[in-house]
Amino acid sequence: MPDATGLELIAQELRAAEGAGPQAATGSPVTDTIFFRGRGTLMIEPERVRAVLARLRERGYRFLCSVHGVDHHPHEPRLGVVYELLDMARVDRITVKVLLHGDEPEIDSVYPDGEDGPGWPTADHQEREVYDMFGVVFRGHPDLRRILMPEDYEGHPLRRDFPVGGEPVTFTFNERSASGTGA
Amino acid sequence: MSGPSFSEGSGPATLSEYRRREQSITLSPIEEQIAQVGAEETREELLTLNFGPHHPATHGVLRLLVTLQGEIVRDLKPIVGYVHTGIEKTAEDKSYWKVIPVIERMDYLAYYFNAMAFCAAVEELAEVEVPARAQYLRVIHLELNRIASHLIWLGTSALDLGAVSIFLYCLRERELILDLFEMSSGQRMHTRYFQVGGVFEDIPRGFEPRLRGFLRDMPARADEYGAILNSNEIVLQRLRGTCPLDAETLLSLGVTGPLLRAAGHPWDLRKADPYCSYEDFDFKIPVGTVGDNYDRFAVRLAEIYESVKIIQQAIDGLPEGPFITTDRKVALPPRHELATSMEALIHHFKLVTEGFRVPPGEIYMPIESPRGELGCYVRSDGSSKPARVHMRDPSFVNLQALSHMVEGSYIADLIATVAMLDPILGGIDR
Amino acid sequence: MRREPLAQDAGGADQRRLLVSQLNSRQLLRGSELHGINQPAHLRAAELEGDELERYVHERVLTTSLDKAVAWARSNSFFPLAFGLACCAMEQFHAAGPRMDIARFGYEAFRASPRQADLIILAGRVSIKMAPIIRRLYDQMLEPKWAVSMGACCSSMGVFNNYALVPADKFLPIDVYVPGCPPRPEGLMHGILKLRKMVQDDPDLGWRERYQARGTEEILPEPHGGPPGAADIASPEGDTPEGDTPGA
Repeated sequence: MPDATGLELIAQELRAAEGAGPQAATGSPVTDTIFFRGRGTLMIEPERVRAVLARLRERGYRFLCSVHGVDHHPHEPRLGVVYELLDMARVDRITVKVLLHGDEPEIDSVYPDGEDGPGWPTADHQEREVYDMFGVVFRGHPDLRRILMPEDYEGHPLRRDFPVGGEPVTFTFNERSASGTGA
Repeated sequence: MSGPSFSEGSGPATLSEYRRREQSITLSPIEEQIAQVGAEETREELLTLNFGPHHPATHGVLRLLVTLQGEIVRDLKPIVGYVHTGIEKTAEDKSYWKVIPVIERMDYLAYYFNAMAFCAAVEELAEVEVPARAQYLRVIHLELNRIASHLIWLGTSALDLGAVSIFLYCLRERELILDLFEMSSGQRMHTRYFQVGGVFEDIPRGFEPRLRGFLRDMPARADEYGAILNSNEIVLQRLRGTCPLDAETLLSLGVTGPLLRAAGHPWDLRKADPYCSYEDFDFKIPVGTVGDNYDRFAVRLAEIYESVKIIQQAIDGLPEGPFITTDRKVALPPRHELATSMEALIHHFKLVTEGFRVPPGEIYMPIESPRGELGCYVRSDGSSKPARVHMRDPSFVNLQALSHMVEGSYIADLIATVAMLDPILGGIDR
Repeated sequence: MRREPLAQDAGGADQRRLLVSQLNSRQLLRGSELHGINQPAHLRAAELEGDELERYVHERVLTTSLDKAVAWARSNSFFPLAFGLACCAMEQFHAAGPRMDIARFGYEAFRASPRQADLIILAGRVSIKMAPIIRRLYDQMLEPKWAVSMGACCSSMGVFNNYALVPADKFLPIDVYVPGCPPRPEGLMHGILKLRKMVQDDPDLGWRERYQARGTEEILPEPHGGPPGAADIASPEGDTPEGDTPGA
C-alpha cells in the first residue's frame, strides 16, 4: 500500500498528466484521495477510468485484482465501481473508485483493447457481474449479459432497494397459507 | 514397429516418442480438407456442444458451450450462475457475527479461508487486535483446510482422468482432517470457528496428539499418491504438455494461485504480503516451469507437503494466551464471567442481539486461498450490519483463463484442464 | 412345480397348507447335492422327518409375494444419480468414501445418466437458474424413482432465505428430507435407509399418494399396432392418461 504521501504523489501525477493533455478543459480526473487503514483510494471521474488505469499500469500497477460494485443508496451518486490494482513487483495495492448516478449508470468498459491502449482481460466476467447485480452498463464490452442470474431476469439484485426475497418461514400458524406445496 | 519399451522409466524420451507417433496419425486429413474446402465451408464444420451443467466432469454445475472442429476445441464459453445463492445480498441483512456462517458457504471447500478473509477485513475496519495464539490456531486450521481442499481436488481430478481409487484414498485422508475440525469446533464443514477477533474456542486436549499423528502420516500418504499418479502412463500423457498458458497471459487475465505458480510466476500472498503471522513460518512456494497441466498438478501436490511443514511449525510454536481478543465490545466474554460481572452480561446481550458496530469505511482484504487470491471487500456504514460484502473469488477470475487454455486442444484435454483449473462453483457463483 | 398364489396376509391355514405342500415336495430336496462327504448323516435332507424337516425348510426357502420381493430388490439397489450441487456434495462424497461406505448397502453405483438412475439426491442449494434443469433431469429418470433432498438448503431455504434459491419441493416431489448443513454422511445414510424402509414396507406410499397426483404416471409412446396404454406399467388400474408430469 502506498502510504499517505505516496498516494498524494500519485494523485498529483495523475492530475498533472491528465490536466496537460487534450482533456485539460474538463479538469483533473482525480476528485478525491482517501487514505484509510493504510490503504489508498483514488476517487476519479467516470469518463477517465480507462486513462487513469492505463497511467497506473505504466506506474507499475499491472495486475487488476477485482472489479466490483457498491451501492450507496440512498446517497447520490449511488452506484460505485471499485477497481483494485496490485503492483506485484513492489507488493503495492491501490484502489480506484468511480461513482455513478443510479438512473442511467454508464461507464467505459476497461476490458476491450481500445485506441487509448490495451485493455484488462480480467475485467470480462467481473464487469458482467457488476452489470448483473447493479445495472451498470459498460460501454464497449463485447458481451454484456447477465452472468449469475437467468438471462431474462428483471431487476438488479444487489441494489439496496431490491428486496432480499425468500420464502416465508413456515410455522404452524401459517403452514397452510405460507408454503406452496399443499398437504 | 519398434516403439518405446515400457520397462524403462517414463523419461522425456519415451513421451516424445508417443507424441511423435500421435502426430503422425493426427489431423492431416482434416487439415487437407480445410485447405481444399476453404474457410467458408469450414465454418459449417464447427459443432457447438453444450457441456453441462449436469455432467460428471464439470466439478460442480458449470456449463460450457464448446465449439468443436472434429475433436479440437475452437472456442469455449463458460456459463455460470447455476448455484448462485445470493450470499452477498444475504450478508447485507445480517450482523457481522452472523455473516460468518453465510460467507463460509461460498467457496465450499475452503470454508476457513472465506471466514478468514471476512474476519480479517472486519478486524482491519474495526481495528481489532488478534492475539498471537489465535493467529497460530488460525494458521493451523487454514493449512489443514488447504490440504483438505487439495485432497478433494486430487481425488476428483484423478477420477476424471480415470484413476478411480485415488478418490477413495484422498477421502480417507480427508476424513482424518475433518475429524480434527470436528474436535476443535464440533462441525466437519462450515465450522464458524473463526470469529472477528480470534477463534471461537481453544483447541481441546486431544487435538494436539491427533494432529501430530496426522502430520506424521500425511507426507507418506502424499508420497503414495504421487507415486501412483506419476508412474501412471495415462495420467502423464494426459497432463504433460497439454494446454499450457504462459504467465503473461495469466497475469492479464487476473489468474492467481497454483495456476500462476505453475506457469513460473512465484506469487503467493503468504510470502509476498504476509498476514496472520505467516511470516513466522519457514516454507517454500512450489513453482512450475512450463505451465501445462502437469505443472498445475505437481504444484498442488507439492503444496500439500509445504502445508504440513507449516502446521508442524505452528503446533510446535503455539504460544500461550487468549484465543480471542479481549475487547468485549467485539468478542463474547467467557461464560464464567457472566455470573459475576454485570458488564460482561451487558456486553454479551448487546453482542448477541444487535452485534457490534464497525466504524464506517471500506476495505479490501486479500488472502491466499487454495485457488488463488481470495479478497473480501467490506463496506461499513457505521451500523451493526455490513453495507456491502463482496468476495473476490479466485475461481471466478481463473475461469476466464479456461478458454485461452483449451483453444486448439482435444476434448479429453479439456476435461483434464477443467480438472486442473480446480473451479469451485460455489465461489464462482456466490 | 406348481406355483401357489399366496394371499397377501396369509392366515394360519394358508401358511399351514403351504408348508404341507413344501414338506411334500421331497422331490426338491431329495435331488439336491446334500450328500457331501462332510455332512453328518442325520442332516442329509432326504432322511429328515417331521419337525426337523420343517425347520430345515424354514431355514432355506422363503415365501413371499411378488410385490414384496420386487420392493425388496428395488430398495436394496438404488442407483443414485451422480448429482452434487454445492457443499452437501462434499459430504455425499464422504458417504461414498471409505469410512462411511455407501457400498455396504448397495448404493455405490452412481450413474451419470439420469436414464439409468432411480434416486436423485439433491445435494446442495438449488438456485432459480438450476431448478428447471433439475426438473428436466428428474423427468428423464424412469419410473420408479425417488428423490432425497439432502441438506437444509434444498429442503427449506437453509441458511439463505433470499431471492436466488428455490426449496426443492416447489418443483420436485421429494420423498425424504435430510436436515443438516451439511448433514453428516451418517445423516445422509440415515435418510437413505429411511427411504429404503419406505420402499420395502410400502411401495405405494410414494409421492403420488402424498400429493394426490394420480394421473401423473409416465406415458410411454404407443407401440405400433398395440393397444393404447399397453406399455403403461406404472398405473395398476389403467387410468386414462391425463398428462405425464404434475403441474409446476
